[in-house]
Amino acid sequence: MAATARSKAELDEEFAELYRSHLRDVYSYAYYRVGNHHDAEDLTEQTFLQAYRHFERAQAESDGRPLRPWLIRIAHNLAANLYRDRSRRPQTPIDDTSGLSAVHTTEDLVEGRDELARILAGVKELPNDRREALIMRFALGMDNREIARALGKTDGATKVLLHRAIRQLEGIVGDEHTRS
Amino acid sequence: MSTPGADIETLLSRALQPVDPPDGLSSRLESTLVDLTEAAVVELESWELRAMRDPRNWVRPVVAVVVTATAGTALVILRVRAGQKRRVAVAHGPADLAARTAKAVAGEARRVIGR
Repeated sequence: MAATARSKAELDEEFAELYRSHLRDVYSYAYYRVGNHHDAEDLTEQTFLQAYRHFERAQAESDGRPLRPWLIRIAHNLAANLYRDRSRRPQTPIDDTSGLSAVHTTEDLVEGRDELARILAGVKELPNDRREALIMRFALGMDNREIARALGKTDGATKVLLHRAIRQLEGIVGDEHTRS
Repeated sequence: MSTPGADIETLLSRALQPVDPPDGLSSRLESTLVDLTEAAVVELESWELRAMRDPRNWVRPVVAVVVTATAGTALVILRVRAGQKRRVAVAHGPADLAARTAKAVAGEARRVIGR
């Protein structure tokens, strides 16, 4: 019993460390995924509660690899559920990324507001998997291997996915630039 | 103004900056996990069989048993609490509310145990 209690305490401490290390990552992912702080908070909260529930098993199966991709994958699945639920109730706007500019500094807004707005609008137009890959790479700083684990793809497929996402975004932004 | 193709990755880095979570989120989430785990233990220790005659008292001890007995701890209580406002809104009186709540607890407990 004492051994069980001790291991539970250790597990909780390790989970707390994971939580402290990756709260910002999960929140950033959630925010760019759902487009507003309210839903991002809910998504973050649910992600960590679900992570807590499965932490012991995930740790055992991780074989020492970082758990950040696993956390982001949970958030990814929960976000997909959120969209699915909302698509059944279309009165709630989905995929609203209009609030994204809220995270940028005054300097950003003054220096390149239009440019950043075009980039964000372009990201929004991308297919889900490409958009998510870009969020993971640029907002969270994840490498190809981490993104691959989070999306359940191979490293090679992820590299291609990122490449195509950037090329497509260039096309979108370029078209927009030409029109204006 | 920069050209679109030249530094798209630089622009992406600027556009997709990490977002700090609101001040309250971290402490709220942390204390939720801690509180619910501790509450489950305390609840189980103070469980009086006599009180179980009243259906309104069923929820917390049942949750405490489930929570203490599994590593899923906080989830049952949190999920049951999350749906409580909705149940209050649709319930036809206290008995109906108790029945709905007990059903929700059983459902969440099954989900946790079934993991």
